[in-house]
Amino acid sequence: MKQWFRTGKPWIWLTAGAVSVSLVAVIGLVLMIGWRGLSFFWPTAIHQMTIETASGETRTLIGEIYDSEEVPIDRVRQSGVEVDASEGELITRYLMKIGNREYVPLDFTWVVEPTIVEDKTPTDMAIIERTKDGNFYGRIIAIEQQGERIAGYEEADFREVLFDRVERAVELHDEGQALQEDEIGRINYQLSELGLEERRLKLEGQLTEQALARLEAERERLQAEYQTLEKALFEIRDRAARDTLIVEDFRGEAVAVPLYRVLDVNFPNDMHLLAKIGHFFQQIGKFVSEPPREANTEGGVFPAIFGTVFMVLLMSVIVTPFGVVAAVYLHEYAGKNPVTKLIRIAVINLAGVPSIVYGVFGLGFFVYMVGGSIDQVFYPEALPNPTFGTPGVLWSAITLAILTLPVVIVSTEEGLARIPSSLREGSLALGATKWETIWRIIVPMASPAIMTGLILAVARAAGEVAPLMLVGVVKSAPMLPVDGNFPYFHLDRKFMHLGFHIYDVGFQSPNVEASRPLVYATSFLLITVIVGLNLTAIGVRNHLREKYRALEQ
Amino acid sequence: MISVSPNNASEKLDLANLTDDQRALEIKNLSLYYGEDRALHDISMSVPKHGVTAFIGPSGCGKSTLLRCINRMNDLVESCKVKGDILLHGKNIYDKGVDVAALRRRIGMVFQRPNPFPKSVYENVVYGLRLQGIKDRRVLDEAVERSLRGAALWDEVKDRLNASAFSLSGGQQQRLVIARSIAIEPEILLLDEPTSALDPISTLTIEELITDLKQKYTVVIVTHNMQQAARVSDQTAFLYMGQLIEYANTDTLFTTPMEKRTEDYITGRYG
Repeated sequence: MKQWFRTGKPWIWLTAGAVSVSLVAVIGLVLMIGWRGLSFFWPTAIHQMTIETASGETRTLIGEIYDSEEVPIDRVRQSGVEVDASEGELITRYLMKIGNREYVPLDFTWVVEPTIVEDKTPTDMAIIERTKDGNFYGRIIAIEQQGERIAGYEEADFREVLFDRVERAVELHDEGQALQEDEIGRINYQLSELGLEERRLKLEGQLTEQALARLEAERERLQAEYQTLEKALFEIRDRAARDTLIVEDFRGEAVAVPLYRVLDVNFPNDMHLLAKIGHFFQQIGKFVSEPPREANTEGGVFPAIFGTVFMVLLMSVIVTPFGVVAAVYLHEYAGKNPVTKLIRIAVINLAGVPSIVYGVFGLGFFVYMVGGSIDQVFYPEALPNPTFGTPGVLWSAITLAILTLPVVIVSTEEGLARIPSSLREGSLALGATKWETIWRIIVPMASPAIMTGLILAVARAAGEVAPLMLVGVVKSAPMLPVDGNFPYFHLDRKFMHLGFHIYDVGFQSPNVEASRPLVYATSFLLITVIVGLNLTAIGVRNHLREKYRALEQ
Repeated sequence: MISVSPNNASEKLDLANLTDDQRALEIKNLSLYYGEDRALHDISMSVPKHGVTAFIGPSGCGKSTLLRCINRMNDLVESCKVKGDILLHGKNIYDKGVDVAALRRRIGMVFQRPNPFPKSVYENVVYGLRLQGIKDRRVLDEAVERSLRGAALWDEVKDRLNASAFSLSGGQQQRLVIARSIAIEPEILLLDEPTSALDPISTLTIEELITDLKQKYTVVIVTHNMQQAARVSDQTAFLYMGQLIEYANTDTLFTTPMEKRTEDYITGRYG
């Protein structure tokens, strides 16, 4: 035994064990989040359940089973459900999403297994995604056009007609949406810019008759344009309002669902595997490309992805030059004395400051002080409405840049220290000054290390939520920070962020249980985005490494 | 005894009494301290123009330190302090207000190990010219060809000027570094054991190159290899423990050394 210890084998096993545990933990995390997040998009069967209530009556529920759990009988009894079972037994209960929000108080309900009399999955059950009030579950029995029935479920080509109509409705919906967001949004933006210009001229005392006339003419032109666009929009809406679906819901009643609110109709019980796979990817595509609806409980997360990536890129653009310049000074110019040492220690310790502290600092210094001053100097016409004196994507990026600055400084310094002095001397011997040597030889050669710093910075920044809640993130941003209106980048705007979105959906939504899959899906997406950003940076770094492969001497 | 090649003997200079025209560099009472340690003791010597001057001596004798004084490379060492003068065209390079970068453009240097920059062959050669702000492609192209020919490398790399300098062999890299140095046309070229990291064939090529280089430049070479000093140099200085023991024309020094210590060294008693 002693001999065995002396061979060092136990330590090898110990170290290998530590590596395995770490690997298992990481893989387990990714698999768990990935599985639970992605399974959210897989089409699940729609159950039609007949259940017996306490008073002996039966009622029908239609919906998807979201979750199931084993609970002790006592807890079920406490919640007022009478079931036939002996004491201490565990029974299963299901969380069902029954949708149809306008007809039920809650669109999620618990179903206790012993009360289920019948459980079917009829193939003609449809799930109807709507722009408002969430999903609708039921059996589509007819399509009406301006109140007249044009097709019924008994007809052979009913589904084809149905899908045609749905497609038309979705197209009209998209068209209207585009018109509203792009064209009408642009006019609104220009109108508010005109208002600001008028105030600016007034403040500067240059609001002459001509200027006023010009502004008025411009405003009238925009108003006229607005009128035509509005008319076009109403026309589209009228056309969209043509069709209505008649759906038999869980109560057995025929309900009219206007098609202009319908985004998609699916028959998950009637899908074969290929169709399900297709549907799965289609749902993922929608999730990453569409804006959220209904207080983030439905729809996609595109603005959050965009906001996260945009903010991180902006942060990288800010943190890299600052970090590199600071590292160059610390490493190349600062004297080797206690003050430098102190500064270096302070920089390293900055990385340990809790991130919320940076948020508070960002809010107090950047938003109120710097932003407030900018408003007074450059945007007096908009006051008292703040332009930069309010949380926004710029301040978020700068705050996170400060948060990640130590990482970039430390790795850049390490990179600078690794460059062989022979290259430095070679450059100096050719008549280069120290500055020229640093700029032309040292910094390019340290670029892989700078990229390493940036990778760490991006990884940290993309996952940071706490400070952002103070300096710019919102639950729902009406406009992206980049759009087609001059000057295209609106750094003063607030933005959405995947990390905050997870928090919002998971803790602030009306039904926390129900939003859990959405939380997993968003988390998985956040991981994917961070990994994507990092892989890009790693790719760049490997390219640079190859280019500046130091002389292996 | 070490054989001395005949061409070195063709021109004998009176090293103690060079005229200003003959002199490239004059070192006067040069002492150097690393903190408290004195590395060079009162060295005085004159380096003649268009010749190859070799510094020899055992390890740690201060020959590299002396060489690095000539283009003020020792400035980089923080604790280093220099006393005495080095005169270039009668002006002390250690005077206040001397532009060190400009000085180094006039006194080029090649180091022990090849240190090409992580750039293409072409960009390595034009580095010094770009520093001077030369952008004209034609001027640069000409300089590249002239320098690479001067460093006997042109034929080997003319087809891959845009390849990375790291793709060259060690000997080629060292010649590239020499080409880089002569691209900016210095007056003096300092070589700090330029062949110590190279194989014998590359060493031979570089030695031949050094003999060519002295037509245009004043060459000062540090070597720990006495045969090399004997083969390539016209004058040789023997340093020991930071002191200049003997400085003479190479054939004189190797055949009839004045000092006992020189004789001991060149006959291999120590070093």
